[in-house]
Amino acid sequence: MNAYVGTPTSRVDGRAKVTGAAQYAGEFQAAGLLHGFVVTATIARGRIVRLDASEALRVKGVVDVLTHANRPPLADDDDAWKDEVAPEKGSPFRPLYDDVIRFNGQPVALVVAENWETAKFAATLVRIDYEQDGFATDLDAKRGHAIELDKPHKPRGDAETALNGAAVRHEADYVIPTEHHNPMELYATTTVWEGGNRLTVYDKTQGVQNVHKYLCSVFGKKPEDIRVVSPYVGGAFGSGLRPQHQVVLATLAALALERSVRVVLTRHQMYGLGYRPMTIEHVALGASADGKLDAVVHEAIAVTSRHEDFARNDTGWAEQLYRSPNSLLSHKLVHLDVSTPCDMRAPGAASGVCALECAMDELAVALKLDPIELRLKSYSERDQGEDLPYTSKQLRECYARGAESFGWNRRNPAPGSMRDGKELVGWGMATGVWEALQMPVAVRIVLTANGHAEVSCAASDIGTGTYTIVAQVAADALGLPIETIDVKLADSTFPQAPVEGGSWMAASSAHAVLAAAEDIRQELARLAKAMPGSPVGSVDIPDLVLVDGMIANGNDKSRAVSIADVMRHSRLERVEKQKLNQFAEDKSHARNTHSAVFAEVKIDEELGVIRVTRIVSAVAAGRILNTKTGRSQIMGGVVWGIGMALHEETVMDHRFGRIMNADIAEYHIPVNADVHDIEIIFVDEPDHRINRLGVKGLGEIGIVGVPAAIANAVYHATGKRIRRFPITVDKLLD
Amino acid sequence: MNNFQYSRASNVADAIQLLAADPDAKLIAGGTNLIDLMKENVERPSRLVDISRLPLRDIEQTADGGLRIGALVPNSDLAYHPQIEQRYPLLASAILAGASAQLRNMASVGGNLMQRTRCAYFYDTATPCNKRSPGTGCSAIDGLNRNHAILGTSSSCIATNPSDMSVALAALDARVHIASRSGERAVALIDFHRLPGDRPHIDTNLGSGEIITAIELPPRGFAQNYSYLKIRDRLSYAFALVAVAAALDLEGNVIGEARLTLGGVAHKPWRSLEAEAALRGQAATPDHFGRAADLLLQGAAARAHNGFKIELARRAVVRTLMQAARATPQSQAHKKIA
Ligand SMILES: Cc1cc2nc3c(=O)[nH]c(=O)nc-3n(C[C@H](O)[C@H](O)[C@H](O)COP(=O)(O)OP(=O)(O)OC[C@H]3O[C@@H](n4cnc5c(N)ncnc54)[C@H](O)[C@@H]3O)c2cc1C
Ligand code: SF4
Repeated sequence: MNAYVGTPTSRVDGRAKVTGAAQYAGEFQAAGLLHGFVVTATIARGRIVRLDASEALRVKGVVDVLTHANRPPLADDDDAWKDEVAPEKGSPFRPLYDDVIRFNGQPVALVVAENWETAKFAATLVRIDYEQDGFATDLDAKRGHAIELDKPHKPRGDAETALNGAAVRHEADYVIPTEHHNPMELYATTTVWEGGNRLTVYDKTQGVQNVHKYLCSVFGKKPEDIRVVSPYVGGAFGSGLRPQHQVVLATLAALALERSVRVVLTRHQMYGLGYRPMTIEHVALGASADGKLDAVVHEAIAVTSRHEDFARNDTGWAEQLYRSPNSLLSHKLVHLDVSTPCDMRAPGAASGVCALECAMDELAVALKLDPIELRLKSYSERDQGEDLPYTSKQLRECYARGAESFGWNRRNPAPGSMRDGKELVGWGMATGVWEALQMPVAVRIVLTANGHAEVSCAASDIGTGTYTIVAQVAADALGLPIETIDVKLADSTFPQAPVEGGSWMAASSAHAVLAAAEDIRQELARLAKAMPGSPVGSVDIPDLVLVDGMIANGNDKSRAVSIADVMRHSRLERVEKQKLNQFAEDKSHARNTHSAVFAEVKIDEELGVIRVTRIVSAVAAGRILNTKTGRSQIMGGVVWGIGMALHEETVMDHRFGRIMNADIAEYHIPVNADVHDIEIIFVDEPDHRINRLGVKGLGEIGIVGVPAAIANAVYHATGKRIRRFPITVDKLLD
Repeated sequence: MNNFQYSRASNVADAIQLLAADPDAKLIAGGTNLIDLMKENVERPSRLVDISRLPLRDIEQTADGGLRIGALVPNSDLAYHPQIEQRYPLLASAILAGASAQLRNMASVGGNLMQRTRCAYFYDTATPCNKRSPGTGCSAIDGLNRNHAILGTSSSCIATNPSDMSVALAALDARVHIASRSGERAVALIDFHRLPGDRPHIDTNLGSGEIITAIELPPRGFAQNYSYLKIRDRLSYAFALVAVAAALDLEGNVIGEARLTLGGVAHKPWRSLEAEAALRGQAATPDHFGRAADLLLQGAAARAHNGFKIELARRAVVRTLMQAARATPQSQAHKKIA
């Protein structure tokens, strides 16, 4: 039954990707395809008073310049613009809707031409006069204007009093800068005009059905008029959860011109989309003299746009990790003249846990305790926020296995005490935590008499490996070789799936496959039993299994009949089953993944140059469906964590409200030279409660804790606490 | 991106002719800088004169025993040329400290010398910048200037020259060969790039209608005691915060000749003959190196965010000179600092 699940199966879409056969949104062709180039605002707030496109329109090959003034009709109520992932509160941005400028880099016109170069050139000829209003983009400066979210965490005990009475306390601000996703694939949409008002929209997105619903409501279309397809996504990391500007613009142009239109954003323009919001994380911890936590105060102050309240759970994680009788957690927003932030890998946790875990390290120093010991002293067996036990929690084992592999017991706790020639050596650790969510997903399986199965679902594979795990689970459940499984994803006409995010897709899609496969098994079992002289005639349906292309008695595999024979005999070309899998809601348990991250840095003592020479990440995330793609996920998260610690920062000039490093030459992420040894340990975590397979998901846990582990290692090496990320040479020399 | 004409030059004279015919024409070699700038509408040439196929790809011995390097030799070919690796390893090292392998494969020697500053405002046509649009003001002076110059700045511009190769070439006393309608001339590399003064839009002393044909290296390559150390925001593929090219002639532990040039700190490679003179005849010790660093950094002035560069440069100079003196040059492959 388990030939594939749990094994290091190679990506089933790997060949298509490396040979270029995989088609991405900006690569689909259509007859008479037009190309749109976006013109963006150069002010942060105000109004367009004059937009002169006449010169652009005179360029040979330019077909039209679309603006708020001449666009086709767009929905005029906020609800129509609210996609599945939109913040509850606020008014979503509407591209080319009106003359109001809400953020620098906002799209204000679309030049459409016969080819991309012409559109790009003509875009430089569009003249725009603005009336500028006063604006603000600086969180540090506007910190005092923070507004508390109207859904605060429930306080426990009296954290203020406990903090004041604590034997040892630590309190500090940690600052995480704004960060952009920078997926390799640029945001792109090819909207194909199919005639008769029907459109096929090839879009780079994490959710085709989300985009489908959004486009239908924004453009007032019937569901059957629009089909959204996104077979391959070259990374998105959360930036593709909400429909992006280009899908509105390409579709709007296609409808206006009754032609097929492609819009590809430039790297620079992608800095006008969402981002991980800058946050100032204030953490105060109080402990007894023997190192037991008594109070946790965590307040996050985050950027959002003036038009939408984007907020994620930055501060709730202490509730998962550390037992403390008193806690006070809050999240505040500062509304600025910027685009709305969005989810970015482990939204909330990547920032909030970074602050919490740096603070825990500082507390350990104040208490003269080993950082792991401090964490174990307040290890929480329950989710305190909800006061629930976990379906499973092997974090202790993560600490133990990670520490052992890293060699943590050889650490001299005194800062600056370990060195290697001219380099100071620092060892730091931190905890990671994320949720194990699961969502309703439907899957259709079509089994054909020749022994092939097509498995389809609207879910996306954003590079994480969904194609592969769906194929693995289907192959095992149907008892077929993986080569005979054809997985089809990310078409809005396929069975229902939510956006691919939150680390929920592996568990959710796997169980939907199981559910549909179970229906197939039952149908085949019935047919097999009904065959005259059937070798399984007397076997009960629940005892029949699908294995090696046969329907067999699970207790005696020699009693079997081939699926092909059953179908031939029943004169069936195909058996088709579609099933929506709802997870039974279990309100009696908390579901989380955990990790313990250990980092070694080597820092040139004179020059402050940092090398992250070693990372060990021990992860407990239930059953790992595919140890190869799973390992890649965690490795990607670790590398990103190195970036968060040392490199990533979106830099804005607040005099202009403009991002000044909007390209990947100047927005730094780690390059190969910055990445050394990474060891990933999957800790055994049997979980019989969470779902049938015991799967939790791995998308985000890999990054959480990594930046803190590195920052703590930097402290251990140098005695310097850098609390404003990223940790760069200038801050170390200060 | 603007609309432009394209011509492929068939020889150097042809290139000069095409340039002279159109004051807004620009030469294009590897295109790794010019095309980026065109995409951002910073450069808007009316015509591209493609010189990439001109026969300027040779590296040959000169009569005095030096080397003459054609302006179109790709950066990678130059760095891995046996003559450069053996006789001028400082130059090889500086080139390999720059950009990425892919870019070095495309980039030419001439283009590298002519690459423009990476100041973010220069790249963003929505912001004022004297270098891009003379007279509009300098956004960096009171803005984001963490990576800006600490030496030789003016009240019009505080940009740095981003080239690594030029820093080593300056230290090695290279000369730039230039051709134009009025014939050929040569200029010392250290005089090739300008300080910004009140005309920051002019980066170099290359006249309009002139083309770089070659770089000439004198015979002396300092192959024994040299090092190129580049400090940047990640371990590879980033422009220098501070870079140091150091070369020594040692007699035992006593310095004969010394060469010392900074990159990433000024509008041009920053070299001080005074600092070099102070090293001559001295023992190769950290103290003497520190003194030379102080001389080299004389007059350094910081803005709001780049003050760290002064101390960083001082420490980097001492370290690089120590690497050179000990004959343990900085490896560009292994990022641990020697
Ligand atoms: C992402 C990125 C990172 C980089 N990192 C670094 C780095 O770390 N260190 C570093 O030193 N460099 C770096 N570079 C810059 C790179 O070295 C230059 O782009 C390259 O050297 C330019 O050479 P080219 O032949 O491509 O020039 P082109 O782009 O073709 O031309 C550049 C300029 O030189 C002029 N020109 C070219 N040839 C001649 C000639 N023979 N005579 C007169 N004028 C001429 C052109 O007219 C143009 O103005 C980086 C570039 C990028 C894109
Ligand atoms: S430093 Fe020079 S290049 Fe930068 S904004 Fe000022 S004038 Fe422009």
